[in-house]
Amino acid sequence: MNAGIPIQFFLILATLMFFVGVYGFLSRRNLITILMSLELVLNSVNINFMAFNRYLFPHKMEGMFFSLFIIAVVAAEAAVAIAIILNIYRRFTTINVEDVDEMKY
Amino acid sequence: MINFTYTVWILIIPFIMFIFLGLAGHKIGPKLSGLLGTGALAVITALSYITAYKYFFATPKAGDVFKAILAANTTWLQFTDKLHIDIGVLVDPISVMMLIVVTTVSFMVHIYSTGYMKGEKGYERYFAFLSLFSFSMLGLVVAPNIFQMYIFWELVGVSSYLLIGFYYEKPSAVAASKKAFIVTRFADLGFLIGILLLSFHTKTFDFITLTDPSGPAIAQAGGASFLGLSVITWSMIFVYLGGAGKSAMFPFHIWLPDAMEGPTPVSALIHAATMVVAGVYLVARMFPVYSLAAPVALKVVAYVGGFSSLFAAIIACTQTDIKRVLAYSTISQIGYMMLALGVSGYGGHEGLGYMASMFHLFTHALFKALLFLGAGAIIHAVHTNLMTEMGGLRKYLPITHLTFLIACLTIAGIPPFSGFFSKDEILAAAFQSNKILFAVEYAVAGLTAFYMFRLYFNIFWGKETQYQHTPHEAPFSMTIPLIILALGAVFAGWIPFNKLVTSDGQAFESSIEWGVAIPSILIGVLGIFVAMVMYRKENNIPERLAATFKNTYKLAYHKFYIDEFYLFVTKKIIFRYISEPIAWFDRHIIDGTMNSIATVTQVVSFRIRKFQSGQLQQYAFVFISGAVLLAVLMIYIWYW
Amino acid sequence: MIANQIMFFLLSAMIIVFSVLTVTSRKILRAAVYLLLVLVSTSGLYFMLNYQFLAAIQLTLYAGGIVVLIIFSILLTSHISQKFEPTGWKKSLLSALASAAGAILAITTILDFKFGASREAAMEVDMHAIGKSLLSLDYDGYILPFEVISILLLAAMIAGIVIAKKGGPADQESQNLKQ
Repeated sequence: MNAGIPIQFFLILATLMFFVGVYGFLSRRNLITILMSLELVLNSVNINFMAFNRYLFPHKMEGMFFSLFIIAVVAAEAAVAIAIILNIYRRFTTINVEDVDEMKY
Repeated sequence: MINFTYTVWILIIPFIMFIFLGLAGHKIGPKLSGLLGTGALAVITALSYITAYKYFFATPKAGDVFKAILAANTTWLQFTDKLHIDIGVLVDPISVMMLIVVTTVSFMVHIYSTGYMKGEKGYERYFAFLSLFSFSMLGLVVAPNIFQMYIFWELVGVSSYLLIGFYYEKPSAVAASKKAFIVTRFADLGFLIGILLLSFHTKTFDFITLTDPSGPAIAQAGGASFLGLSVITWSMIFVYLGGAGKSAMFPFHIWLPDAMEGPTPVSALIHAATMVVAGVYLVARMFPVYSLAAPVALKVVAYVGGFSSLFAAIIACTQTDIKRVLAYSTISQIGYMMLALGVSGYGGHEGLGYMASMFHLFTHALFKALLFLGAGAIIHAVHTNLMTEMGGLRKYLPITHLTFLIACLTIAGIPPFSGFFSKDEILAAAFQSNKILFAVEYAVAGLTAFYMFRLYFNIFWGKETQYQHTPHEAPFSMTIPLIILALGAVFAGWIPFNKLVTSDGQAFESSIEWGVAIPSILIGVLGIFVAMVMYRKENNIPERLAATFKNTYKLAYHKFYIDEFYLFVTKKIIFRYISEPIAWFDRHIIDGTMNSIATVTQVVSFRIRKFQSGQLQQYAFVFISGAVLLAVLMIYIWYW
Repeated sequence: MIANQIMFFLLSAMIIVFSVLTVTSRKILRAAVYLLLVLVSTSGLYFMLNYQFLAAIQLTLYAGGIVVLIIFSILLTSHISQKFEPTGWKKSLLSALASAAGAILAITTILDFKFGASREAAMEVDMHAIGKSLLSLDYDGYILPFEVISILLLAAMIAGIVIAKKGGPADQESQNLKQ
């Protein structure tokens, strides 16, 4: 099903997605949107794994399992991150990352 | 062979008592502390007497010789097969004699202290320190090797320091304790050098091996030399330096008079009877080496002893603080002992001086402790140290008066008191070998009688003084030791030392040399008579005399300006020209470097602390830009 | 052939457009929906690569689970109608520059590299093989990471409860602060 599409296309797509995520991480103020940017970043990594697996090592399944575990870790990370965000919200009554700067000089 | 292993308990009991009283003293209260400390001393005193009896009378002698017995010995620090430091107990005539002296005086002082120190702050601490002192002094006495002796030597110094500084809220006491510690410590450096030299050349620390006439120390007498003296001689001179420091011989004598800032019983115990004779004991302990291998060092001992005894006796005539008079008298008497050792030979009747020195050490311990305890009773009664503020006390303090008089007669060498016998032996020994020192001794004998009776008449006779409170006799706990010690001072002269404590362990015949003794008695009586004329009734002879010999008097009153001289040397020369530049260097260069490092760090951190803004995205931005930059560097620059 | 490529470019366009919208949208719930669309498109890519199992996982776990979680937390902490203030131009410019630099670097590197094609026969990734491999103790088995992940998930669950629950020490502090 992937005939006629070079691997570079997948990689470039993943790269763009990755850096869009990075941009979001750097520029958004709301903690939840920052978390969403992170999801984009992780998702782009998954695409890379899958593409490498299919194009370079089609007889193996490493890439797929890596993606599988990454998804599991992301689920755990999201759960903990959201718990932390809720806690921050309760403590500071805001989830604006610029206002949460207790740990400064 | 009788087993002497139990003698280790003589060391263990006071040590345990020190730990116990030091840690739990304030919990069990003063009364029980004093009782426990005194009880422990009673036990070890009894043990010491048993040991003395068994050693001198119940042990079969091998060919008329008292052999040194190693009662206990264990390796304490093993460095190599050959170099190891042992700890143990040596029983021989002088150590047994010293056991008797130390425990007796210490026991008396303990009893006395329960009365004298009553109600003082730190009563338990005082008894803990006394136990520590007893422990260290006994450890010194029974040391079977020179290194153990050195260890306990320093411990004695520490406990002396603690006890002199007992009234640590009094600046003068603190200064005195520091002075005592520093001066003796300074002298101990010589002792340590001596030990190292000696043991390096003889490969042993053991006294038995060292003092064996055919042992390595004496066999090497003619060995390697430096400035015309053999190594053994040098090492013995250095060892003697340590002894001179502890025994307050000139020029290290300056600490002893100041040490009188401590409680009076402490002065009696440490600074009259036991610790200060440690130097004499050290020389006696090493005597065969001195006599057979290092006669030059022995000459040094003799002359320093003679000079100190004269020097201190002159100063004693002018002092007004009664404890200081006694302190100078102590220096003078120890000078006597040193001199006696110095003029002695080895073996048989030649060893008369050695025997005389030990004899005098023994009697001196008794009568000097008695004098100090008597002085303590007087101070207790009138609350002053100055004899100019006393007078006519004989009516108020009958027991003290009587015992003090006995002690004065004893030290003046009037028969039949014990001082007469021991002093006579010393004079006889000096007469045999060195006429100059003999003359010095006669002079000192006269001066001793004079200043002791000056003290006596000033305190108990002289002008009638009005006291704020009527003086009253001390409690029984204080008068009983006085009486016991007085009995000792009277009768100790009949102990046949020439049969028991001799340089080579063999008994020899000696009798009172009346040709020497009668002039010395006459000189003593003359001294007493002069003192009686001058001080018995209030008159102006002392002032007139002082005015006539104004310069001499002033010189002696200011202790020949030795203290001032030391102060000049240390403050004006060493402090100014050596210490101050070093201090400057330390403060400006070394501290300056450290301070500038700290300052630079602080300034820089103050500048860069704004980086720590708490802004998560700022950190992330720096991180990602850095990562991209690194990637650029790695891909386009470093790999090609 | 051409249908393949059309499919790929369609999915790519969706992914990139919705990604950009996710990180720029000024309404938070919309951003979440855009993220959902990105994730769904990604699962389409997985289908294209013939990994049906992973695509299903992506749909259920990512698109279903995590996005729902995010939406819940949005509802707990924000007003849905609230619009964000636009990001400061300086901040967005700097972020865009850093991201663009990274993207350019990565893309040039990808384009420079010659990928060799695999000559091995492609393996059919069916459920049977996945299950066997996942629970296998062999050299290429994944039983250990599988168990580790299970413990991690348990720990994350407990941690989420402990951190977020009311009445913890932090909560009491904030109560004090309010008073």
